[in-house]
Amino acid sequence: MSLNDFLLGSLLYLAAAVISAPIAKRLGLGSVLGFLAAGAIIGPSVLGLVGNEGEAVKHFAEFGVIVMLFLVGLELEPSKLWQLRQKIFGLGLLQVAGTALVVGAASLVISSGWRESLAIGLILALSSTAIVLQTMEEKGTLKTPVGQSVFSVLLFQDISVIPMLALLPLLAVASAHGGDDHSASLIAGYPVWAQALFTIGAVGLVLVAGRYLMRPLFRIVADTGTREIFVAFALLIVVGITLLMGLVGLSAALGTFLAGVVLADSEYRHELEMDLQPFKGLLLAIFFIAVGAGIDFSLIASGPMLLGLSLTAFILLKLATHFGLARLFGLNGPDTSRFSFALAQGSEFGFVLITFCAGLGLLTGDMPGLLTAVIALSMAAAPLLMMLDEKVLQPRFADGDFLRDHDAVSHSGADVIIAGHGRFGMTIGRVLNAQGKRTVVLDLDSSQVDTLRRFGFKVFYGDALRLDLLEAAGAKEATVMVIAIDDREKATELVKIARHNFPHLKLLVRVFDRSHAYDLIREGVDNVYREVFGSSMDLAKDALMALGVHPYEAQRTITRFRALDEKLLRTSAAHANDESKLIDLAKQSRAEIARVFAADKGGGQTPPDVAWHDDDKSTP
Amino acid sequence: MAKPTIVNRMRVLILAAHPRTVQSIAQRAMSRALEGIAGVTLRDLYALYPDFNIHAETEQEILLAHDLIVLQHPFYWYSAPAIIKEWLDIVLEAGWAYGAGGTMLAGKYLMTAISTGGRADFYHAKGRNRFTIEDLLAPFNQTAHLCGMAYLAPFVVYAARKQSAGDLATAAESYRQLIEGFARGKIDPTEHLAAGYHLPDGFKRRHAL
Ligand SMILES: Cc1cc2nc3c(=O)[nH]c(=O)nc-3n(C[C@H](O)[C@H](O)[C@H](O)COP(=O)(O)O)c2cc1C
Repeated sequence: MSLNDFLLGSLLYLAAAVISAPIAKRLGLGSVLGFLAAGAIIGPSVLGLVGNEGEAVKHFAEFGVIVMLFLVGLELEPSKLWQLRQKIFGLGLLQVAGTALVVGAASLVISSGWRESLAIGLILALSSTAIVLQTMEEKGTLKTPVGQSVFSVLLFQDISVIPMLALLPLLAVASAHGGDDHSASLIAGYPVWAQALFTIGAVGLVLVAGRYLMRPLFRIVADTGTREIFVAFALLIVVGITLLMGLVGLSAALGTFLAGVVLADSEYRHELEMDLQPFKGLLLAIFFIAVGAGIDFSLIASGPMLLGLSLTAFILLKLATHFGLARLFGLNGPDTSRFSFALAQGSEFGFVLITFCAGLGLLTGDMPGLLTAVIALSMAAAPLLMMLDEKVLQPRFADGDFLRDHDAVSHSGADVIIAGHGRFGMTIGRVLNAQGKRTVVLDLDSSQVDTLRRFGFKVFYGDALRLDLLEAAGAKEATVMVIAIDDREKATELVKIARHNFPHLKLLVRVFDRSHAYDLIREGVDNVYREVFGSSMDLAKDALMALGVHPYEAQRTITRFRALDEKLLRTSAAHANDESKLIDLAKQSRAEIARVFAADKGGGQTPPDVAWHDDDKSTP
Repeated sequence: MAKPTIVNRMRVLILAAHPRTVQSIAQRAMSRALEGIAGVTLRDLYALYPDFNIHAETEQEILLAHDLIVLQHPFYWYSAPAIIKEWLDIVLEAGWAYGAGGTMLAGKYLMTAISTGGRADFYHAKGRNRFTIEDLLAPFNQTAHLCGMAYLAPFVVYAARKQSAGDLATAAESYRQLIEGFARGKIDPTEHLAAGYHLPDGFKRRHAL
């Protein structure tokens, strides 16, 4: 490839990325889908702007997946990884084995026998680390419990590729000297025990070097103060591990992931993250575009029925298996759905395995082409499926439409109903409990509810907006209702419901900002609490003290400021829609604050003691 | 009156209370004067408890580590600023400072160190304020008595803000000498008892008098 060709190729890929990502974002589709679509459009099947080099580009861009796993590892300290061990080796193992069996069995319909079917099952059991992690990270769900489950499974899949590569040739006894050189590592010629030693040695090397060698090296490199060198060193590590793993035939993604974990508690973590993030993003974008470009539309056109059926069957079977597993592992309704949909696609590594198995003679006839198409299309469908879950199914879980029913709420004469037990409501609950007040808590975030239950809080899953639930929670008997839901509209709605049905309840409501406060004050609620106002006041007080103001002075300042601001809030509520009036009031209030504080300070003067020490003629 | 044969060094705790430190002149001068004296602990109550949430256990522990407790504050409405009262209410618990088993303070010394707005001659049966300072401080006197403590004569800076800077400095210096004298064991506290104060039994028992 000449330089110009290279630049032209880069131009196309970058342009595709830059154009598609914003459009996809605007459409609410997430960038992965945008990249895949852009790839399909510029690929050989549609515009033909990029051609056969797509495969090579893909291999190159697979490096993005490796960088990504390094970054994932960086966020996962060894202790956290240890906590995940059950999920990784329990849930992960069952996912691979279960899906391989279910999908494999179904494929008997079109395969040439159980050997081919088992290979198919194993290939399709894998899910796309790249797509899933990228999508979940974009949505910020990776750190949630279900995100951790998904991640654990992906991690196990990555690990399982190694034994698969070792075992698939055994399956292919028929073709006696099978195996092309896809697994051909430098150590392939050695006996098995030696290979095992090499493999363990390589992993050990990564772990030990990560712990004892990389840190001092990073220190030296960081001391140069040259950012480029630091970036280069970070890339050097990732590339080095990739090659090392290649040598012993291990998954590079796994190797870099481990290196990431080892470095997770190092002081350079944040810098590494920041420096590698752009590489990861860019490479993944190119990778997705290449996958999109690789979708062979002619194949779809030639056998649409078979392909369509296979694809649908594959996705449905995978979904079903995951549903079963998730239930088995005690995930709740919404999380089961999230988990199942997240993993319901084929893996980029599947492409590699297809070529590998075809070389072994395990896959015959049209099977490799069909599988490739199924995987590619399922990857394209993956973001759509996750969206289906998020946009259609999850809201219905939230509405309590199915699977998780509202808990049977019981109360033994609660004093307080707390609606919403997030960070805000939880603190309130703890204070009230400390005083021995009986609280009933309603929350709609089911994983939050489960977690809190485990911590021994009396929390019920349910929508506080439902009248029957409120009654079950004891709204008739309770004295106070704390509304701490983190949804503005719902909070307002709940205020209306409560005021209408339980007029005796004293309402204390968390509000988001001034305008929300105005709404509720006009709704007749006296006790509104701007959610961050209190902590900004606390901080302001500490800031005053840090500036040398006496603590008591600071305390009084804050208390008074607060009172004046609350007063402004209440007078303003009546004029919420009249901006010029609001500005007027704000100005008046500022003047008042200035006046109060000036008077308080005695205009900076020390007040005289005249009245105490001079003979006062007016004293009777 | 029997007295201890040797004067002991005393660990002195100054409980200072002024709600508006920025505006203080007299109290500030008094506090400054005590800086650097070994064996003297100064605690600014309004700074420690700006929300009045006085922590009894902490305060009690500190009390136990001292022999002479000085309440140092401006004279406000013929008494102490609010936090001193709150401090007494919270810290001097029944069964700890007084009442059955409440002997933790017995044998210690209590003193008031104040600055006033009024002149000395106001504090007189015939003066504008109709009572002497000692009369007005009777609650502290009796508090000490109930707790088995020796109540010392109050240290007073009269008409504090009317004084010239020089006079105030002189007053602050004599305050320093008094406290330092107690801290170093140079001044015998039993010779500084408030006029007419009779040592309570609890105090005498503690000192085997
Ligand atoms: C609220 C208040 C009450 C006061 N009450 C008295 C009082 O009862 N008798 C008196 O002599 N001076 C009184 N004063 C005057 C203070 O005692 C005087 O300002 C203070 O001792 C000066 O000390 P400083 O400069 O540290 O504030 C009062 C002052 C204030 C502000």
